[in-house]
Amino acid sequence: MRIEEHPIIDFKRGKPVSFTFNERQIQAFEGETIAAALHAAGVRVLSHSHNLKRPRGFFCAIGNCSSCLMKVNGVYNVRICVTPVREGDRVEMQEGRGDIIAKA
Amino acid sequence: MLEKTGVPEPEQIKKITPSEERLQKGPVAVVECFQNIPCDPCLYACRHGAIKEFEDINDLSVIDHELCNGCGLCISECPGLAIFVIDATYGEEEGLIKMPYEYLPLPGQEEEVNGIDTEGQAVCSARVIKVQNTKALDRTPVVTLAVPRQHLMRVRSFVRKGGE
Amino acid sequence: MQKPEIAIVGGGPAGLSAALSAVRQGAEVMLIDRDPALGGQLVKQTHMFFGSKKEYAAIRGIDIPGQLMAALEEDGKGKFAPVLNTTVLGYYDDGVILADREEEQAMLIKPQKTIIATGAAEKMLPFPGNDLPGVYGAGAVQTLMNVYGIKPGARVLMIGAGNIGLIVSYQLMQAGVEVAAIIEGAPKIGGYLVHATKVRRAGIPIKTSHTIKEAYGNKSVEGALICSLDENWCAVPGSELDMKVDVICLAVGLTPQTELLWQAGCEQKYIPELGGYVPLRNEKMQTSLPDLYVAGDVACIEEAGSAMVEGKIAGLYAAADLGYDENVEEHYSSFARELEELRGGPTGAKIKQGLSRLNGGVEQC
Repeated sequence: MRIEEHPIIDFKRGKPVSFTFNERQIQAFEGETIAAALHAAGVRVLSHSHNLKRPRGFFCAIGNCSSCLMKVNGVYNVRICVTPVREGDRVEMQEGRGDIIAKA
Repeated sequence: MLEKTGVPEPEQIKKITPSEERLQKGPVAVVECFQNIPCDPCLYACRHGAIKEFEDINDLSVIDHELCNGCGLCISECPGLAIFVIDATYGEEEGLIKMPYEYLPLPGQEEEVNGIDTEGQAVCSARVIKVQNTKALDRTPVVTLAVPRQHLMRVRSFVRKGGE
Repeated sequence: MQKPEIAIVGGGPAGLSAALSAVRQGAEVMLIDRDPALGGQLVKQTHMFFGSKKEYAAIRGIDIPGQLMAALEEDGKGKFAPVLNTTVLGYYDDGVILADREEEQAMLIKPQKTIIATGAAEKMLPFPGNDLPGVYGAGAVQTLMNVYGIKPGARVLMIGAGNIGLIVSYQLMQAGVEVAAIIEGAPKIGGYLVHATKVRRAGIPIKTSHTIKEAYGNKSVEGALICSLDENWCAVPGSELDMKVDVICLAVGLTPQTELLWQAGCEQKYIPELGGYVPLRNEKMQTSLPDLYVAGDVACIEEAGSAMVEGKIAGLYAAADLGYDENVEEHYSSFARELEELRGGPTGAKIKQGLSRLNGGVEQC
């Protein structure tokens, strides 16, 4: 899914990093957002709608629309399309609105 | 209609086709832009003053074929990739077309390709004569194809043979 | 609390141009952007720009931010401060801006003048299945391809034959992705016809008077049903075509991101030719609030070229109105002339009509 050669752009990938998505190991490159890295790994379904459980993915990919919210390192409702991927990130699909009140 | 299909009409192409007399003298540029949009880089690209001075930036680009020597400097400067240089004097049966080509992979010299028209249809077999991809062209390579002379105003791109 | 002379919200073509104009007048500028890098949507525009060679024509969009930033570094020494990864959340009654800095405390900023250059957001299109993964905005497709070098899919249906739909289709081909077709509800192609010609010779069909009936797929897009429209924009029975695609790209228009202007209390009017609700502004790009100026797509949906000239005007006057008014008339005349040139043809006529309606029949900038 990654473009190897492009007629206009020379993609300089950052160093390889790995993270988990629902406990599955995924390889990515530093500089990518979590959404981009997941997409490159073939992950399109990022969540499900609250009532009818319809599959959802991202839409705008620049932080405007809230379609891509996931749980990252224990924090809910993270806009993964504007969040850079880091080594060891734990990304999980969240169901529902997530819990934003920190537990004591 | 160009506004419906994106494909220039035969009458529009005819209007910008150089005379047979001019074509017999050597390479010449043709500009296939038929809409008044604010754009003028071609004017600054030509070293021979062959592109008529605009009164208004929205004016259509008009090439004076007598002043044009077909050098092709304008090809990679046109943001619309709408300028081509044709040379009807290349051979007995063949002519040359220089076109902008911004895809990968670039073809190799002497490669046989299928010349395609503005509707994306294969028209004829074509031979790659030259591929220019210098820094000055800023990632708009210019490919020179040899085609049967009757297709000089038809072939505007190409595809590799063997399906791509 | 930070107190710059001028704060500019949005570091795209309009914001960057405004910053340059303002520092050249001698004012101190803080440029705030929510992204990690400046450039706004320019960073995805791999194609050569139109307009005048005197501005940025024939230069690729991706190369323009670098040029503007180099000029800012040179002319803005000691006066220009970019603030990145920072989202402006509000503009309050007392003229205070609240901004959210990633992983740090919130920032409070009280500038003397503010320029809002927040650009526009993509419109959605209602159709059954439009919530399936694989239905992406054109900007999203560009972001994946041109910023991260990742293919959005294997085969795309492009909806919209304006400049964005045509250009992104071309960029998809360059990235090695097949475009099944470009469909457009209107009877004519809305974008520049040279863009349309480019994609037609690449073999991409353009179907005007067509729309999407539904998208289908199990977990993500597997296909779409399209149909043709009659002269009343009603679906023609029996005209359905099944397109097997895994991405449906929406390029159906942009809406100015005017949230901050609403909150600030700027007067705005709904003008379809300009993209929706847009702020009232005078020839100085000043809104109904004298300390607030606008430029770019947030002021009206147009091109990057005009966004940059509007930015230059807003930056000029934000500075001049603070007293940095050397040669202001001369600079303004030259900018106004550029804008008039860009809007002089048929494509600019719609904008001029919209602006005329915005100002109640008095045609200005």
